[in-house]
Amino acid sequence: MTDDIFQGYKGDALDVLKKYKVRVWGQAKVETTRGTFEGTVLPRAENDDDQHIVVKIITGYNIGIDIRTITDMKETGYKKANYKIPEKQFPVTPGLPKVKLFGTGGTIASRLDYRTGAVIPAFSPGELYGAVPELADICNLETEKVFAVFSENMGPKQYIALAKAIGKEIENGIDGIVVGHGTDTLHHTGAALTFMCQNLPVPVVLVGSQRSSDRPSSDAALNLMHAMKAAGQSDIAEVMVCMFGPTSDEYGLLHKGTRVRKMHSSYRSTFRTIGDTPLARINRKEIMPIKKKYNKRRNDRNVKILPYFSDEVTMLYYYPGMKPDTLDAMVDAGYKGIIFVGTGLGHVNKELYPAIERAQAKGVHMFMTLQTIWGYVHMFVYDTGRDMMAKGIIPAGNMLPEVAWVKLSWILGQTSDPKKVKEMMLTPINDEITLREPYNGYLVYQGGVPDVDEFVRKVYK
Amino acid sequence: MTFNPKKNYEQTRKKAGYVPRKKATPKTYSDIGFMSGLEVHQQLDTREKLFCHCPSGIFHASDDYDAELKRHMRPTLSELGEYDGTALMEFKTRKEIFYRIKNDSACTYEVDDTPPFPMNREALGVALEISLLSKLNVVGEVHITRKQYLDGSIPTGFQRTAILGVEGELSLPHKRIRLIQLSIEEDSCREISDIGHIRVYKTDRLGMPLIETVTYPDCETPEEVKQTCDYIRFLNRSTGKVRTGMGAGRQDVNVSCRGGSRVEIKGVAHTKWIPELTHNEAFRQWSLLLMKDMLLKKIKNPDEWKIGYEELPAHVLHNVNLPEHAEQLMAVNLPGFKGALSWFTQPGQMFADELAGRLKVIACIEHPNMLHSEELKPAVPEEQWQEIAQLLDGGTDDAQLVITGPSEDIKTALETVEERCQMALKGIPNETRKSFEDGTTVFERVLPGADRMYPDTDSAPIPLDDDYIQSLKKNLPEDIIDRYEQLKTWEVPEDTYTYIFSKNYFPIIKQIVTELNTDPKFTGVFFGHDLKFAEGHFKGADVLYGTKLFKLFKFLKEENLHPELAKRMLPHILSHPKMDFASVLNEMNFKRISKEEILPKIAILNHKFKMGKDKIIDKDRINWVMGQLRPQAVGNIGLTELSKEVKNRS
Repeated sequence: MTDDIFQGYKGDALDVLKKYKVRVWGQAKVETTRGTFEGTVLPRAENDDDQHIVVKIITGYNIGIDIRTITDMKETGYKKANYKIPEKQFPVTPGLPKVKLFGTGGTIASRLDYRTGAVIPAFSPGELYGAVPELADICNLETEKVFAVFSENMGPKQYIALAKAIGKEIENGIDGIVVGHGTDTLHHTGAALTFMCQNLPVPVVLVGSQRSSDRPSSDAALNLMHAMKAAGQSDIAEVMVCMFGPTSDEYGLLHKGTRVRKMHSSYRSTFRTIGDTPLARINRKEIMPIKKKYNKRRNDRNVKILPYFSDEVTMLYYYPGMKPDTLDAMVDAGYKGIIFVGTGLGHVNKELYPAIERAQAKGVHMFMTLQTIWGYVHMFVYDTGRDMMAKGIIPAGNMLPEVAWVKLSWILGQTSDPKKVKEMMLTPINDEITLREPYNGYLVYQGGVPDVDEFVRKVYK
Repeated sequence: MTFNPKKNYEQTRKKAGYVPRKKATPKTYSDIGFMSGLEVHQQLDTREKLFCHCPSGIFHASDDYDAELKRHMRPTLSELGEYDGTALMEFKTRKEIFYRIKNDSACTYEVDDTPPFPMNREALGVALEISLLSKLNVVGEVHITRKQYLDGSIPTGFQRTAILGVEGELSLPHKRIRLIQLSIEEDSCREISDIGHIRVYKTDRLGMPLIETVTYPDCETPEEVKQTCDYIRFLNRSTGKVRTGMGAGRQDVNVSCRGGSRVEIKGVAHTKWIPELTHNEAFRQWSLLLMKDMLLKKIKNPDEWKIGYEELPAHVLHNVNLPEHAEQLMAVNLPGFKGALSWFTQPGQMFADELAGRLKVIACIEHPNMLHSEELKPAVPEEQWQEIAQLLDGGTDDAQLVITGPSEDIKTALETVEERCQMALKGIPNETRKSFEDGTTVFERVLPGADRMYPDTDSAPIPLDDDYIQSLKKNLPEDIIDRYEQLKTWEVPEDTYTYIFSKNYFPIIKQIVTELNTDPKFTGVFFGHDLKFAEGHFKGADVLYGTKLFKLFKFLKEENLHPELAKRMLPHILSHPKMDFASVLNEMNFKRISKEEILPKIAILNHKFKMGKDKIIDKDRINWVMGQLRPQAVGNIGLTELSKEVKNRS
């Protein structure tokens, strides 16, 4: 542990600071072979090297000084920054719905973290109100930090904690729930909560942002407004993901937690409903339904919380020439369930057959999903498919691979009876398998085609 | 006694001591404490943009785009936990911002849908060369910073920028100018339109590498500001690695007068506009300070000063021609402001224009957005103003105005008017102003401060080790001041320097002089006068590269022809850029004549000149004979030599 007064500095750079008795947040005059530099010494990100000292100069810019060029250094003052998002009392407006926001981390509201140089979440109704005052016109807000992890660190423990917290809030009479969440695994959580929180009487809306709220063009504020509106005012009592429709500040989409997927690493409009249409469109003025059928909001509080999750399920992403030892390794490691992500209609090569047989003999539950993302598993079309079914692999319809992993984990947390597992997997809870794929459920247009380019020119993508 | 706005305007102008720039002397400026510094922007000539791999320097017409998208900007906290003033003002304006994207010139990075790629190293190298030439202390590690711009000119809401050096110095011929810093940054969007609540930009220029050189406010006269700016531009160009042409170099000029504030005149495209702009700005501030004194004599509690307002029923102004957007008429009383609205600020402008300018930008109400009681050409008759004053409970020392605009903007408009008037009681507001060709300016934005900086969490710092800096130092061109001194030693006339430096012809002149032993003065004049003239008169002259001119002088030397021939060849070379030099001579009907053939002609011409004349003035004789001989002599014999021969052979 380094002293707090040298926050983030290590090795040679730390030695230099100690030698000249200059602290982080100290105002310093630094003499170097490249000339004199003056400014406030800032903390250094943990993963950066130990050869430079970061200084904020008077014009507000940051620069790094190479310690090998330093000939002298003097602390002339000290001024610690008091970084605080302005907090304002979130006003209570009679007549507005009561919405609970669960914080889990992520970039909905965040500030700078000197340790990593990245952003860390900041979160309280007051902070949120300070940053997005429009929220007070939508609902009466309460917040609770359930835990603070980055999206990629969300997992079974967090799903269970969230599901329980949601159950409790509903019992307490909340009108809607928003979960602030990092976007990377937002769709995993969407599926998990759909299975864990059944018969919901109120909306549960998952929301994140693709551009952190420390930037003026962030999608966070608008996403948050949409999510609060969906939670407080919509009559869709389902687990939904609410994120930008197009990349423009135009409207949001409400996706079912079981059919949504993150499809671009950085676009604002990254979330897409796969193999179906979204539930609704939403802007600051109205909620415009797209699907006609959905679970309606109710006044009762009869939610069923099923907080189960097994950590013995894994996924196998097939590639041509895959050797059986990869599958054997999973079985030997003790995994009880395997979601195959196969090619085409749901295939793997014959070489894997002996390993599949060994897995079947050990009672491993195996389901087939698709690398194509869109479409159904059809294992009757070719011999290989029929062979695999004979060896115990069960086609999972048009369930998305990640959703299948979540669902099998949830099921194996409750039973290991093969018949029961199969029945539960193939009986949809909320459209994780649909019977029909609408024509507009698959839309991946090809840029460069004149008609498409014409469309792109006119429509917000 | 009725108040006469026109008279007031003239009187206040006189009071400020305003004189046209031509009549101003250095004392004029020292009297008002003129002070000015520069932020000079220069695009770098790189293949790709700064933070993505889009090609740099491809431009499109405003209606030529593949997609359009919409964003809003929201203020965020700075690193030190403060909101920036401009940010809050921009948020008040509630603009919908549209971006037009063309696939040829922009990718998902420009529209903030992809994080930045590592900084373009070619651009960094050029920017560092210029930093070294500017005698700056080069940083040890480059930290990319986000500088907030909520006007929408950058879709992220901030500009990625990084300091490369601090505390430098330029040696101008007559003065030293200190530099604050030099940064490398991404260029912004080009604005297409800004009407009401909608602003449209195109993204072609966005992301191009740019450097910004910032000086201390060391300039004490408008002319000095221009000289400094030219010097910085020439220094940038001396690397041969920066872009030239429309928009490739732009400057923001900071001006203040004694007791005034730093006001930034944004995006001045030509250095020749600088003197007039800075002159007017210094006097605008000076005059506004005098207005403050006048107001404070009448207003005893400036901290409690407030406007009064009342909505006008539509019929009150039934006889006035109102703009279409005048949905609501809001009458405003400005206590104690009589005589302020028509107070001189700039040629053709008065304090009321400061209010109207802010109404347009902050409240988004298009011009005309207000009527007032001190208009030089009153649209509302005097009696009606009295009626309005009565409605507002206005006293004899008050001024009135009527805001005419969409109802939804009136609230912001009232705040804007009140805020600007309160500022008038304190001094000169820090702001950025947009310039016009006539040398006047209008309000553009509140001047942002250091609070809009934020570390870029998407990029890692870039170390600059000593070996790298040393390798850059090896390839630097000489200082502009050294080039200046060299031209002076060569006796090249000073009026050629601007052109030579702005086109970066010095290296080629030097090469011609040293390698071909051409007369330096002649060569300098050839570039600074003849080439400049030719460029202005022949199409395609701008593609004439220095190397071609070197080859021309080399050709003449090898052919044993006098360099003076180059002047005559120039128009032909420009008209026929593909023709080789020998063919150019054919095309000109140039004939080789030896010195031995030319000199005897002097005697014959002398005879001809003297025929029938009683009195011979020798100067006339020389001129006439030279005139006769010049066409055939040029290239074959040096004209100085010939002139000497003519003189001697009377």
